[in-house]
Amino acid sequence: MLELILQIFTDYTLRNVALGSALLGVIGGVLGAFTMLRRQSLLGDVLAHAALPGICLAFILTGSKVPLILLLGGGLAGWLASLGVLAVLRHSRLPEDSALGVMLSSFFGFGIALLTFIQHGNNANQAGLDQFIFGQAATIVASDVLNFMVLGGLALFTVGLFYKEFKLLSFDPDYAHSLGLPVRGLGTLLTSLTVLAVMVGLQTVGVVLMAAMLIAPAAAARQWTDRLSSMIGLSALFGALAGVSGALVSASRENLPTGPLVILSISAILLVSLFLAPLRGLVWDWVRTGQNRRRIFLERLLLDAHVLHNHDVLTAQTLAHRRRESPAAAQRHLEMLQARGWVQPGHAGYALTPAGHQKAHELEQAMRVLPKTLEGT
Amino acid sequence: MTAQPTPPVPGAKPGAPSPLSVRDLTVVYREKPVLWDVDLEVPAGQLCAVVGPNGAGKSTLIKAVLGLVPRASGQVWFFGQTLTEARTRIGYVPQRGAVDWDFPTSVLDVVIMGLYGKLGWFKRPGKHEREAALRCLEQVSMREFAHRQISQLSGGQQQRVFLARALAQDADLYFMDEPFAGVDTVTEDAILKVLHELKGHGKTVVVVHHDLETVRAYFDHLTLLNVQVIASGPMDEVFTAENLRQTYGERMMTASLPITHRG
Repeated sequence: MLELILQIFTDYTLRNVALGSALLGVIGGVLGAFTMLRRQSLLGDVLAHAALPGICLAFILTGSKVPLILLLGGGLAGWLASLGVLAVLRHSRLPEDSALGVMLSSFFGFGIALLTFIQHGNNANQAGLDQFIFGQAATIVASDVLNFMVLGGLALFTVGLFYKEFKLLSFDPDYAHSLGLPVRGLGTLLTSLTVLAVMVGLQTVGVVLMAAMLIAPAAAARQWTDRLSSMIGLSALFGALAGVSGALVSASRENLPTGPLVILSISAILLVSLFLAPLRGLVWDWVRTGQNRRRIFLERLLLDAHVLHNHDVLTAQTLAHRRRESPAAAQRHLEMLQARGWVQPGHAGYALTPAGHQKAHELEQAMRVLPKTLEGT
Repeated sequence: MTAQPTPPVPGAKPGAPSPLSVRDLTVVYREKPVLWDVDLEVPAGQLCAVVGPNGAGKSTLIKAVLGLVPRASGQVWFFGQTLTEARTRIGYVPQRGAVDWDFPTSVLDVVIMGLYGKLGWFKRPGKHEREAALRCLEQVSMREFAHRQISQLSGGQQQRVFLARALAQDADLYFMDEPFAGVDTVTEDAILKVLHELKGHGKTVVVVHHDLETVRAYFDHLTLLNVQVIASGPMDEVFTAENLRQTYGERMMTASLPITHRG
């Protein structure tokens, strides 16, 4: 493994692939954070798919396979598509997800049709255009990395420049509008920057998988922090991490494609985040819920025991009768209370300990003020 | 355009144009008019309620006036100026349900957003902005919540944060969309306190309100709206059984008060 990491610095191909993937991760992560918060993840997916017909048209028109030209074609098509999509969403009566789903498929279908047309033409130069569907990171060379740096640098610089406006736009566009901010223009700008991220991703992960590079890093980052700036930073970090690890894993063995492995890496990061992130992680949720349930169960149990202790005798029999459970269960429950130090065996059955009395008293007090505290929230 | 008539209003400077003057405002969603030919003159330095049934266009009125929804026709002046000219004198409190409260940001950050308009492009909020925002949180008794994540707030607390954000704008005319909807008594008192402070400083406040029981006690000026303006003027003149019947229809008069639905 260490050897492999060292190879990044010595192996020309691996270095470019890893750098390219890492750049994609950073840029996708940063723009994806805004895309997610503006609930436009699906829009990102649509414009990524729309890049395919753009790439094909760029090839048909120029006959060139210079990556930058194809990327510009793809980017331009994605950009036009996103404007069209936003216009359709504003004016159509279709539900948003239906409209986006249909447009995604139509752009992709158009792209595939163009691709097939090109492949069956007489152009011998066409081989390799289909790599943009799923990406082929191995083709990334130093000049591509330079392109990514320029595109990404442009995107990140602009985000830095308009950070506070983008933040307000994502949180409360109507309010931003009321302050006099040009929300339509800012939204278009942010979408255009997302197009830059897509262009960086075309060679690495391709049009189909690109959406994951916008959604997953941001979604994972959101689990770990409640601050937008940290979320963006983490999102970039997760994206870069996935990019590099995808590149490394694919280099470790023959026939492992980089793009899909990058996507698998970011998916793994997302999965871990969803389950394990403190505060928001599902596992802690389950633990907390379980603990609460157990605590409340024990407290109810203690109150039952308290009543029996005061007005009757506290034995497995009386507790079973009061709680409508089997004596065996009641016996087990008494032992649970004993383990907490709330009851102890007395001369006739069980008795509450001073700690048990104290706790029961506290609970009764708490129940008396309960309606009030609920009201105050 | 500054030649429009200014009715003599107590508290207004003589000859000063009204804080809000609306002429022939019509708003159409698809084919249905939501607001029809609305004329409105809001007196300076008063607390003004806009009341009407569900779907009467109360929120739309605020949004159309602020340019948030397109107008089919009509003109709006603020202090005799256009919206663009008067922008920095106008504060807005949207309905709190309009945003995602799970957004990764803190209470203080949201209040600082009220200062973005004054900050201008490319400038980051700093110490000065944080202190101003804290003072606004103080005004709504939310200072100790400054560093909370906004998803941890109750509905009433969310409302007070939005109010603080508008206060940070330090405007002369405020629009508030249903600030009293579904809030606890602590928040209701806090909003009322702020409303009276604003009035005390000569500010004008236009509030979309839903509760006929409290409208008389809280406000000076009343506009009854049901797509059209049914009546608008001083509370005592406008809050009459006949006007309410016209606004809500016969059904409401027999139905039990208060109306608690949101419009």
